[in-house]
Amino acid sequence: MERMNARLISGRTIAQGQNLDNKLSEEYYNAVAICEMNEKDMEKIGVSADENVEVRTSYGEVVVKAKEGGGNPEGIAFIPMGPWANAVVSGDTHGAGMPQYKGIDAEIEKSEEKVLPVKELMQRYMG
Amino acid sequence: MEITDVVCALCGCVCDDLVVEVEDNEVKKVKKGACSVGKSKLMGHGRIKSPAIRENGSLKECSYDDAIKKAAGILAAARRPLLYGWSSTVCEADKVGIELAEEIGAVIDNTASVCHGPSVLAIQDVGLPSCTLGEVKNRADLVIYWGANPTDAHANHMKRYSYISKGYWTAEGKKDKKLIVVDVRETKTAKVADVFIRIEQGKDFLVFSALRALLLGYEDVVPEEVGGVSKKDLLETVRLMKEAKFGITFFGMGVTQSTGRHNNIVNAIQMTRAAHTHTKFSIMPMRGHYNVNGFNQVCTWETGYPFSVDLSRGYAWYNPGETSSTDLLVRRECDAALFIATDPGAHFPGESIRHLSKIPVIQIDPFANPTTEFADVVIPAAISGVESEGSVYRMDNIPIRLRKVVDTEYLPDEEILEKILEEVRAIREKEGE
Amino acid sequence: MAEGELLIKNGVVYDPINGVNGEKKDICIRDGKVVESVKNPKVIDAGGRVVMPGGVDIHSHIAGGKVNSGRLFRPEDGRRGLEAKTKVCRMQSGYSVPNTFATGYRYAKMGYTFVMEAAMPPLAARHTHEEIVDIPILDNAALPLIDNNWMTLDYVKSGDIDLLTAYIAWIIKATKGYGVKIVNPGGTEAWAWGKNCDLNDTVPYFDVTPAEIVKSLGEANEKFEMPHSIHVHTNMLGHPGNFGVTMATYDLVKGIKPSKDRQVLHATHTQFHSYGGTNWGDFESKADAIADYVNKNEHVTIDIGSIILGDTTTMTADGPMEYSLYQITGRKWTNHDVELETGSGITPFLYSGKSPVNTIQWAIGQELALLVKDPWKVALTTDHPNAGPFIGYPILISMLMSKKRREESAADMHSAIYDRAALPSIDREYDLYEIAIITRGMTAKALGLHEHGKGHLGVGADGDVAIYDMSPEERDAGKIQKAFLNTKYTIKGGEVVVKDGEVVATPAGKTYFVTPECDDTLTEEMLKKLKDKFEHYYSVTFNNYPVQDAYVPNPYEIKAPMRG
Repeated sequence: MERMNARLISGRTIAQGQNLDNKLSEEYYNAVAICEMNEKDMEKIGVSADENVEVRTSYGEVVVKAKEGGGNPEGIAFIPMGPWANAVVSGDTHGAGMPQYKGIDAEIEKSEEKVLPVKELMQRYMG
Repeated sequence: MEITDVVCALCGCVCDDLVVEVEDNEVKKVKKGACSVGKSKLMGHGRIKSPAIRENGSLKECSYDDAIKKAAGILAAARRPLLYGWSSTVCEADKVGIELAEEIGAVIDNTASVCHGPSVLAIQDVGLPSCTLGEVKNRADLVIYWGANPTDAHANHMKRYSYISKGYWTAEGKKDKKLIVVDVRETKTAKVADVFIRIEQGKDFLVFSALRALLLGYEDVVPEEVGGVSKKDLLETVRLMKEAKFGITFFGMGVTQSTGRHNNIVNAIQMTRAAHTHTKFSIMPMRGHYNVNGFNQVCTWETGYPFSVDLSRGYAWYNPGETSSTDLLVRRECDAALFIATDPGAHFPGESIRHLSKIPVIQIDPFANPTTEFADVVIPAAISGVESEGSVYRMDNIPIRLRKVVDTEYLPDEEILEKILEEVRAIREKEGE
Repeated sequence: MAEGELLIKNGVVYDPINGVNGEKKDICIRDGKVVESVKNPKVIDAGGRVVMPGGVDIHSHIAGGKVNSGRLFRPEDGRRGLEAKTKVCRMQSGYSVPNTFATGYRYAKMGYTFVMEAAMPPLAARHTHEEIVDIPILDNAALPLIDNNWMTLDYVKSGDIDLLTAYIAWIIKATKGYGVKIVNPGGTEAWAWGKNCDLNDTVPYFDVTPAEIVKSLGEANEKFEMPHSIHVHTNMLGHPGNFGVTMATYDLVKGIKPSKDRQVLHATHTQFHSYGGTNWGDFESKADAIADYVNKNEHVTIDIGSIILGDTTTMTADGPMEYSLYQITGRKWTNHDVELETGSGITPFLYSGKSPVNTIQWAIGQELALLVKDPWKVALTTDHPNAGPFIGYPILISMLMSKKRREESAADMHSAIYDRAALPSIDREYDLYEIAIITRGMTAKALGLHEHGKGHLGVGADGDVAIYDMSPEERDAGKIQKAFLNTKYTIKGGEVVVKDGEVVATPAGKTYFVTPECDDTLTEEMLKKLKDKFEHYYSVTFNNYPVQDAYVPNPYEIKAPMRG
């Protein structure tokens, strides 16, 4: 399985914002449990839009749905801010109080696993 | 019934010209003024129907009184409690929160901690040459969005305040202006820019330095390429800055959340000061929530410090990196937490949530969300800006009052907190504290 | 107001408004007001100590946008004044920018019971009110900035004084403000383009001069029975040689008849406006020229804005001046221009006795107080925190009362004070009566508050009393300073709030505001123009602009009818 190195960033999207008060819903899941990538990067790891990818950082790993676009150049992957992105964000704030939500080194590869709904994602922490 | 001048309680734009149609005590339609995100907030979603307390792993409905008593018990017994959130409620509630934090010696912190906290740190180093949004609307002929994507995060911003807006000296709107977008990828905002500068992720600090050098006349020290941007493009940007009558840089998470944190912002502000030697130039953080600024304002005038305030000594101790929520949770220092008008389950790093799932957590929110999954006490609140009024501060420090457009049985945040505070005081008095 | 009766006996009372000069006198209070006599009071034995009405501060930056920005960006200042909460008091922080709780407690401990917030940007008036409500004990008011407002500039240009009158009425009402504040007129609008204005320069795009603005506002203010006159921070603050501009500004309103028995123009922090020389090298005091003017004229009052040595935070609506200051020191600088209205700048500053300039500045403030003959024209201020924090008032009091202290201090400072300032040659010493005038009598009168129970202890006045722990004979400057820092008692509305230098009660203060009553026809016409501005240029709506009642939970309204 082809794996690529990417710089991961997380942030706001309209669809994510529209569901701020609706985070346990399908709409939120569809809007936020995704990873936007440049089409060339998707080709590199052999994944098509709406197939799943596993994103792994030194902190953790998460499975999300691959999407094309976001205006991303090669090597930049974008997961909307939310519980899926934060599954791989470290709690190290470098003494500034702020975690590194943008600019995390990540490995991305195609995955056959399913994208966990929010409740199950939270369950992973409660073990 | 049509209600005008309704204030949107979602993002830092705090649009206040909304027109809303209310019938049978329900918002039926948002007729004008709101973007799709604000509209979504006003139209509402399914909400938490009743207070609840977790027993044997599942939430059991209970009365407000019971939930409040349980919450108060947790807080009064805690040795290192954290009171966090605050950005999506009103200042009146923030004041009670600070009083509660002072009473129990808690750490009180808001979402700035994971948003524009680095901007505040930068301001504490170098200050902030800024203005109100109306100044931008009336005067700005050069608008820069740096590490910010208003099309997705502040959808009305360009229309109301900056690029598309029309003002006194900018009567022709876009035609009178230039828009520069600096980002690591071509966002929707970048697509409408006159100039899009794609920067290598994490290299903003270098590019600010380069622009500063050029603005101050040190062309020789700048190499041919900085952070993925050509010197030619840098020179062109500087030319646009110098020729502007009024320039403004709006900046966002792209620079606060990446490598360098507050140092990026210091450099952005220094770049503004360098530009100011040529022409009028200002800079403004794109505050995310409608009242994140409000909490910082209230916290500053009441405690002396804007966020991440540790009150365990009886006075404010402020040291982001030590007293910030993420650090407290990752160090596993907190033994209880209250979350109000926020959702750490969704927005905190996983490590923080791991710790939160092990300590008693109180959630005050109108809506169920990932935090509800591990909260031990859940208290549903009225929706600020729809069901309760109150004071908020826009991203440019302008204070606006939210309107109430419908009635509700749910208690507003302020009242819930007041009841918790009263109960905490009663417990402590009984214990002879 | 506390219910019940209180008797303060054996105090030596200084109540200048009622001509009481060091008389041993009982003060009787019932239900929060001074009364002729009481039957069954709680008794405080003042034991021969100095007793004065509660202090009235005419100009201090205690609440609002720039004050809070000052706090926010100076965490280091916060650490200079950290005090843990007690059973009575909330937490405290800060020195030049104290938190709201410390502000209330420390003023109360100095015997003050009323403070005027010096400058309120109208668009952010809600902030001023929301913050000031968190200042315990003190009664308060705030002065809205009206001089760089586009409505003002337009009406000054067209010469429509009547419509300007309607506008100032509207804005004072909308902001629940106390009067007309003028700061660097025209210059702060110019600063929104990075420029500034001298008195007779034309404001870019608006085609009016600061001189015209001051004169017009002076006229408009007197169309109502306003308790206060226009309150003016004149142009070119802080510039060597600015004393000429200062006096020229005073001249502008000389012919205007005030609507009440008071000044026509209150000139604020006059120390910063009494500069001679042409640059920082030949900089010298011109306090004598300003004092001479004030001595010869009846239409101007001043507050001194006197320097307290040490590190402080400067903050004013004079955006360009703050920028210049930052350029001199290179320290952090915050700027905040407010659409259609005003602006502000904030930067820390250190006044050092080693610096010739700071030494002369230090002398100037005191010279003004000592050279103006009539203390009823002088108020004691430090333009907190610009020239220094209010906590330094006792130092100033001791300086004005003791030539010896002035000499000792000057000897430790730069020798420039001997050739470029007048202070060393002045022998005059203030007595307690005069101190009472410049800290409560004059200030209450200049603000028109003496008609509303402040600044005096005659029957009907508010039961606001300061008992200083010193005898009237005390001459030791150090002991005087100590006494004025922490009262033996401070009584507010008949309730003991400070005892033996400690805060014992924290009742909420009242916010005083003026409601000018303007002719309806004029108001309607003015509103057409104003609404147009809201429609096209403001970033908030007309209906969301005025300060809602919720922000002023303890109001005290003063009506100002149109002049008959």
